[in-house]
Amino acid sequence: MSSKTFLGYRRANGSIGVRNHVLIIPSVMCANFVVERIGRALPDVVTVSHPTGCSQVGTDFEQTKRTMAGFAANPNVGAVLVVGLGCETNESKALANEIAARGQRVEVLGIQETGGTTDTIARGIELARGLLAEIAGFERVPCPVSALILGTECGGSDGFSGITANPALGYASDRLVAEGGTVILAEVPELVGAEHLLAERAEPDVAAKLYELIERVEARARAMHVDMRYGNPTQGNIAGGLTTIEEKSLGAAYKGGSSALREVVEYAERPSKSGLVVMDTPGQDIEQMTGMVAGGAQVVVFTTGRGTPTGSPIAPVIKVATNTTMFERMRENMDVNAGAILDGTRTLEEVGDEIFAWIVDAANGRAPAAETLGFNDFAINRIGPSF
Amino acid sequence: MPLALDGNALRLKDDDDVAVALRPLDPGTAVRFPDATIVAAVQIPSGHKIAVRPIAAGALIRKYGQVIGRAVGAIAPGEHVHVHNVEGTRGRGDLAEATR
Repeated sequence: MSSKTFLGYRRANGSIGVRNHVLIIPSVMCANFVVERIGRALPDVVTVSHPTGCSQVGTDFEQTKRTMAGFAANPNVGAVLVVGLGCETNESKALANEIAARGQRVEVLGIQETGGTTDTIARGIELARGLLAEIAGFERVPCPVSALILGTECGGSDGFSGITANPALGYASDRLVAEGGTVILAEVPELVGAEHLLAERAEPDVAAKLYELIERVEARARAMHVDMRYGNPTQGNIAGGLTTIEEKSLGAAYKGGSSALREVVEYAERPSKSGLVVMDTPGQDIEQMTGMVAGGAQVVVFTTGRGTPTGSPIAPVIKVATNTTMFERMRENMDVNAGAILDGTRTLEEVGDEIFAWIVDAANGRAPAAETLGFNDFAINRIGPSF
Repeated sequence: MPLALDGNALRLKDDDDVAVALRPLDPGTAVRFPDATIVAAVQIPSGHKIAVRPIAAGALIRKYGQVIGRAVGAIAPGEHVHVHNVEGTRGRGDLAEATR
């Protein structure tokens, strides 16, 4: 293992972050308005909103809570303010306790207990100012690249995704794994038809878990009596030349590189092993990104053929274009042009090295396009109905 | 991986049934591979697939050396290979009753 380092934030619980945010998160959608108003008053904090947190049961509620707690405890966050209403399923103090149990600094505020909207906004601004002052003293220190968990994602794929950007990202993934780091490959519906290639590189118990996730996807399609096509691949994927889910998956699986598959984890679950890991997320871009960041990913690389601008509020998301035409048309949203491979101006390895260098640079603080533009996309994957 | 000598298309594995157009191919455009030349029968958009050999109706179709679907009718070399003549073999919940 090499001793390659970057300058990051070493947290009290031992985890290592690449950003130092104060995050304000509502435990329930009824607190979205208050959170948004606190964020408006304090441009230095990061806020998210979502339509979840109440009238949820069972594994669906567990997954929602795990996602919020994991996201808030991501080491890119230095301190958290949870705002709740007071009567929600996802009780704000219990969520704050869960976040604290993961070693994160957290404050909590309830709208009913505080006495209404205006007072809660005022109290929230006060608490968030205090948290900003607390984290202002944290400084970047040398940290090993092996501490990085990379989320990989492809969105708006086209016929070039599996030829240029995804294999180049796979080359970078292999480099990170060689350094002792962790790479998350996700969007399980987009592994249908390519799962055997991953299973070949896994221990039997890990391979069995992967096949179980794939079967869950196809069982859902059977229960609904539908062909996955047009839902996935989408109309845009099809316009870009992708014909079936198998074809899309075979191209998508390249993102993870060629190393052994070490573990399969649930949505928003933190990997317990380094190396290549599969996470059970849908192909829907924002739910996937949120799940990987909630699972501890500090950096995400996102390949796109059609042009997808999305970004996370707390993790740098590096955009890799599959083709030069789109790269030039959406220049402000893109960071790397893997289309150069087809143009013959750069090799796949050269683009892979550029992606790896971008990952380390982003860990050091360099902002990719989605971060500079200020994206804060956030969505939690639901696996059950509201009651 | 075999790139057409004219740079018009890329066949990812030697035994693939299809190649990927690297630029829009007008009808009549020749795509020259070391072992064969095919002629685009119709307009093939960039990033889309062109058949490099005859594919029988019902046959499995390969790209990346792997199965990407099944031909719903016979496909001649030079034809556009896409949703109009290929069906998926996976995620086909619509066939669930028939196979039960």
